[in-house]
Amino acid sequence: MSTATDPRATGEAPKKAFTFSMLLYDQRYRSITIQVFFLFLLMLGAAWLIDNTVNNLRALGRTFSFAFLNAPAGYDINQRPIEYNSQMTHGRAALVGFINTMILAVMACALATVLGVIAGVLRLSNNWIVGRLMTVYVEVFRNIPTLLWILIFGAIMTEAMPAPSAFRGDEPSASMIFNDSVAITNRGVFVPAIMFAQDLGTIRVGPVNPSIVWLLIIALIAAGIYVNKLVIDHATRVQNATGVRPKTWWKSILVLLGPVTLLFIVLGAHLEYPELRGFNFAGGTHLRNSLIAMWLGLGIYTGAFIAEIVRAGILAISKGQTEAAFALGLQPGKTMRLVILPQALRVIIPPLISNYLNITKNTSLGLAVGYMDLRSTLGGITINQTGRELEGMLLMMLIYLAISLTISGLMNVYNNRVKLKER
Amino acid sequence: MSDTHAGTVAFVRDTMLPEQEPPLTEKGAVKWLRENLFSNVFNTVLTLISLAVIWYTLAAIGPWLLGTVWNAGSLSECRRILDGASGACFAVINDRWHQLLFGFYPSALYWRPTLAFVLLLVALSPVLFTNLPRKMLWFSAIYPFVAYHLLWGGSVWLPVSAALGFVAGYVAFVLVRRVNGLAAVFAAVLAPVFWWLLFAEPFNSTMTGILPLGLEFVRSDRFGGFLISLVIGVTGISLSLPLGILLALGRQSGMVFVKSVCVIFIEFIRGVPLITLLFTASLLLNYFLPPGTSFDLILRVIIMVTLFAAAYMAEVIRGGLAALPKGQYEAADALGLDYWKAQRLIIMPQALKISIPGIVNPFIGLFKDTTLVVFIGLLDPVGLSNAIRASTDWQGIYWELFIFIGALFFLFCFGISRYSMYLERKLKTDNR
Repeated sequence: MSTATDPRATGEAPKKAFTFSMLLYDQRYRSITIQVFFLFLLMLGAAWLIDNTVNNLRALGRTFSFAFLNAPAGYDINQRPIEYNSQMTHGRAALVGFINTMILAVMACALATVLGVIAGVLRLSNNWIVGRLMTVYVEVFRNIPTLLWILIFGAIMTEAMPAPSAFRGDEPSASMIFNDSVAITNRGVFVPAIMFAQDLGTIRVGPVNPSIVWLLIIALIAAGIYVNKLVIDHATRVQNATGVRPKTWWKSILVLLGPVTLLFIVLGAHLEYPELRGFNFAGGTHLRNSLIAMWLGLGIYTGAFIAEIVRAGILAISKGQTEAAFALGLQPGKTMRLVILPQALRVIIPPLISNYLNITKNTSLGLAVGYMDLRSTLGGITINQTGRELEGMLLMMLIYLAISLTISGLMNVYNNRVKLKER
Repeated sequence: MSDTHAGTVAFVRDTMLPEQEPPLTEKGAVKWLRENLFSNVFNTVLTLISLAVIWYTLAAIGPWLLGTVWNAGSLSECRRILDGASGACFAVINDRWHQLLFGFYPSALYWRPTLAFVLLLVALSPVLFTNLPRKMLWFSAIYPFVAYHLLWGGSVWLPVSAALGFVAGYVAFVLVRRVNGLAAVFAAVLAPVFWWLLFAEPFNSTMTGILPLGLEFVRSDRFGGFLISLVIGVTGISLSLPLGILLALGRQSGMVFVKSVCVIFIEFIRGVPLITLLFTASLLLNYFLPPGTSFDLILRVIIMVTLFAAAYMAEVIRGGLAALPKGQYEAADALGLDYWKAQRLIIMPQALKISIPGIVNPFIGLFKDTTLVVFIGLLDPVGLSNAIRASTDWQGIYWELFIFIGALFFLFCFGISRYSMYLERKLKTDNR
């Protein structure tokens, strides 16, 4: 054996003639063998399923097509955030359902976060009775199915609340709350609506016609947040250069609230209060029972989970961090803001987002109380009317999947930003 | 002391004073109240608010609960007995508890699900509590077949022939292992499949012909109430853990193809609501299967629920695997262990221990999610509460049913979470 071909000298593995037994016993080839085998099985399974589906569709005399989305829907939707009537298409109905899903999801996320943070912090309080009360809240809501809670809140709204007629008469048995502005009835909750004396009309953006006023408000708020960030960055630069931080709070308030307030005054914004007319309330915004039941059910239920997350996040920060901050001479408020919260948020945010995802997916339980979300429009009535189960379910799953992947994608971006930079 | 100052000081105490009682505000209940409820203004306000909440809740619910009517045939009879007074009508539970627990299971056969439940506790106990005799695990192993036979009935030889498939797999494994390890694995997989496809049915019919043993057959659509929740929940839980472990390992694996399939599967399942999967099971499965096949709706639901929970389980276990220091993997490699041995002896025991709190959450979630089957027409407790409300006798009864169902779910889920805390404490080996 000459040194030139000695594998030990070149550092390469000895080259042996390839034998079939190496496919099983050689680590380099074994994984390929297993994967090819796996791929083969998987494709066999997929082919079998697709073949069955094609045969079944042919036997039923049907094709695979999404053309039904352009056909007239022919059913009404009781909660219409955008213009819709029964003459419009199934696609439009699905869009209304999707917007309803998102409205509910955002409302429930907000409620759950507020409740969860309060309950999570109070559960750690050294006040015995408050701690116990919050424990009861968390345990009771976490351990009972969310569907049951939705039904319970639905029943409370329809069974235990007064009828609109109870508000009538000289001595009504029920009365509106908050200075005669909110009416809670068994037909839903009526709250004041913001109206503008001057309406700027709507613009057409694809399938929806958003009101120009609201677009303007959103734009102003976004611009305000951006300018505020510039102001704060500038203050930080000044502080770094001179050691003195200029006062920014009045600038922030001015930038954030000023333009919107000005717009409200210019356009003559006022509140329209609900009033009892005939057999029901009119005016204001009508929040239906189905929306309220879903909102409270999902919000309070998920709030219990978020409370546990918040509690765990705060407990995860060791006491040494607080002590170190105090030793540096930070005040308790600054300790919380600069030392504890940034670290606790790192622990809290990922599970928090996954709870937001759960809320979004759980909105599909709207069927239980008749909330017209995506599941009830596209996945419910549309499928029943057109018989397009396959296409409808597929489309619906893809939409939910898209929502979930978007949210979890954003979460990953955030996670990477706040992740501990380990070296 | 007393000697030196004897002349100069008039009096020097030379004995200890008896201990005095602490001040009233610093002992007993008063001290506790001051420290725990009224330590400062904010806490005092919180305490008062809490007391008000508790008081209003009790004032609202207390009389209603105290005035409960236990014996009545209908809601109107209940109201007649109450005669205008405030009171709950738990008579509906008294009247319909058997439906809420068993659905439309034949009432003469209630002993079968009850016995299955008791045996479930027996089968679970050696798994849950390691200080029980290990021999009891044999019973846990045969329990699924016993439970199937008790719940559905039919010929006793059907579960026996199914179980024999596993025996065939084991025998094949032991026989072929002497020849080749990998071939033994293949044999262990193929032997039961062959048995079930070729021999199980003839065996079943022959044995039924020779010795027709068995219980009365109960169709799946007679199942309902908590029986259905438990069947779906327990099966789903016990199948989703192994499946979840496999998926997590697949996602961690270096094989690109296996990994990507696992990732797609997990992300898809986690991205869609369970209810769409259940609808797929009830509406779409007929499209995907050869014409004419139809199998039990409960079985379809169990499969879907298991896949759903397995995806969540996989993510939890992946967290446990990721939390394990890399040195553990390297140490296993250094010992010369192969992949499965390393997983079984080194990685999994530690990774699973880390993920226990996380594992329990999908379990509880799965059990609660069994209520969603009401949407595809199975009569779980929620579905039955609607059915009971639809009857003329109990039209308009809400709270009593909700309280009963909620309490039972609470009992199970709270029990599971307490057990996980016990397990976590027991497995904690670090000294902190």
